[in-house]
Amino acid sequence: MTKKGHPIGVVETQYLTFAEGTDPLRLESGQTLGPVRLAYETYGHLNEDRSNAILVLHALSADAHAAGHHKGSRDPGWWDALIGPGKAFDTDLYFIICSNVIGGCKGSTGPSSLNLKTGKPYGLAFPIITIGDMVEAQRRLIDFLGIDHLLCVVGGSMGGMQALQWSASYPGRVRSVIPIATALKNSPQQIAFNEVVRQSIMADPTWREGNYYDYGQPEKGLAIARMLGHITFMSDQSMEEKFSRRLKNGNYSFKFGADFEVESYLRYRGDNFVKRFDANSYLYVTKALDYFDVSNGRLIGANGCERIRFLVISFKSDWLYPPYQSQEIVKELKRKACDVTYCEIASTYGHDAFLLEVKEQTNLIRPFLDKTFHGYEVAEYAI
Amino acid sequence: MPSEDVRLDHRIITGIVEPGSKILDLGCGNGDLMYLLAREKNARVQGIELDEAAIYECVKKGLSVIHGDIEEGLKEYPDASFDDVILNQSIQQVRKVDEVFEQALRIGRRIIVGFPNFAHLGARSMLFFRGTSPVTESLPYRWNDTPNVRFLSVTDFKQFCTEHALRILESHYLGGTKEVRFWPNLLAKDALFVLTKL
Repeated sequence: MTKKGHPIGVVETQYLTFAEGTDPLRLESGQTLGPVRLAYETYGHLNEDRSNAILVLHALSADAHAAGHHKGSRDPGWWDALIGPGKAFDTDLYFIICSNVIGGCKGSTGPSSLNLKTGKPYGLAFPIITIGDMVEAQRRLIDFLGIDHLLCVVGGSMGGMQALQWSASYPGRVRSVIPIATALKNSPQQIAFNEVVRQSIMADPTWREGNYYDYGQPEKGLAIARMLGHITFMSDQSMEEKFSRRLKNGNYSFKFGADFEVESYLRYRGDNFVKRFDANSYLYVTKALDYFDVSNGRLIGANGCERIRFLVISFKSDWLYPPYQSQEIVKELKRKACDVTYCEIASTYGHDAFLLEVKEQTNLIRPFLDKTFHGYEVAEYAI
Repeated sequence: MPSEDVRLDHRIITGIVEPGSKILDLGCGNGDLMYLLAREKNARVQGIELDEAAIYECVKKGLSVIHGDIEEGLKEYPDASFDDVILNQSIQQVRKVDEVFEQALRIGRRIIVGFPNFAHLGARSMLFFRGTSPVTESLPYRWNDTPNVRFLSVTDFKQFCTEHALRILESHYLGGTKEVRFWPNLLAKDALFVLTKL
């Protein structure tokens, strides 16, 4: 547990198991899943009236470890720059929950989990999961934690989709939503990238129709899938700044080795990813991205958004989830006359900016949360 | 009422706005006016602003603001979404004036428009005596760096209202520190109108 004013320090991932026996999780596909395990971490303290809880949701390949560090490790969580005392999500003021997703491979039930019916990992027997299903599992976690209303749901990229899904599924339970670098639905271009990602995995003969758990990961296919991902996370300019055309060994090798720094970077990223992410999970989670669609009035239901505030953030150089898609979210909110703040941050980092632009995001998120939590002081005579 | 150190145009607009109103401020800048209306009139305020730095200023004040262009940003709002739509010191920077007015009148019950008067004595004399483009308190830019694309006078705007079937509910003519009573097209540095559809 975090002490006031102190850095978050050592944290531990926790696990909630539910949907056991006769109460399985009903999925959008019509199938059921159970038992379900969900990994999560918490930082800060829940206040007495349980009104200061913020749910943080992560992107494609991240996990519940958003802040602090695990025992024996110096690696901070993926959003440590924004979560902690005095930071954007101030753990002295708020109770932060970061939830993992089902279908992944970071401690929650997914295709690499043991299928109790067969005694083997699910593989492709695992049902297709949607963003709505991920949120349904998170709703059970929030119920378990005894929280009726979340002060805020927030996430970048796929985390942003979950945040939007929360406002679509449970508008009465969220007071504010911060979708970052995300969209109401994947565009054909984004679906196309995801399809190349999936084909790259499935074309690897060691994928074995998803039954590779006795043999090891389809390393080549998964690494190439991740290389493609990393290209889309950066911008032309950030790649120029990071690598330019610099050569690894000063000269062309006149062979097909990694001459350019950008090549060895992608290879390194690809190889590393194989060690930390399950190939089948990559298939399931990218499919969830592609199925997601809260456009055409699905984001805000008939009851409107009288009580929900939105802070929508995009990044100028993000070409994977370009600002126009965030503007589509804003338009949808305008149609329902919702309370919305939108900022397109002039970042050069591309899609990765939601992990890297700390100052600008903090300048938006901190006062936004403060206003949501406390409201205005209004001059007395005006009432 | 707001204190004396608050800008005159902001004081007047605060007087115009009814308590508890829903307000859309187009070109809201750093949000000073919205903040005033939220605090003094318990108004529910929403702004639209093009400048990123100004967005942070607004958010810091706890205001809701959309980063974008007012020429493109109005279509989605349902009819009569707001009590007042404010265009204070922004209309002179708008290209599609007719369209913005049409949309503003569709989504707001009233619109409050404030602009610098190009026919003010000071501007006229610079043009007449010096033969240079006016650079005055309310038109502070040189010809080469001005964000203004429209140059209008009090008389121009009244004509515009007649032509566009707009009813003027209130008009205010601003000197430097107080309102002017006579010959507004000559003596007013800025003008403020409250309009509605005829």
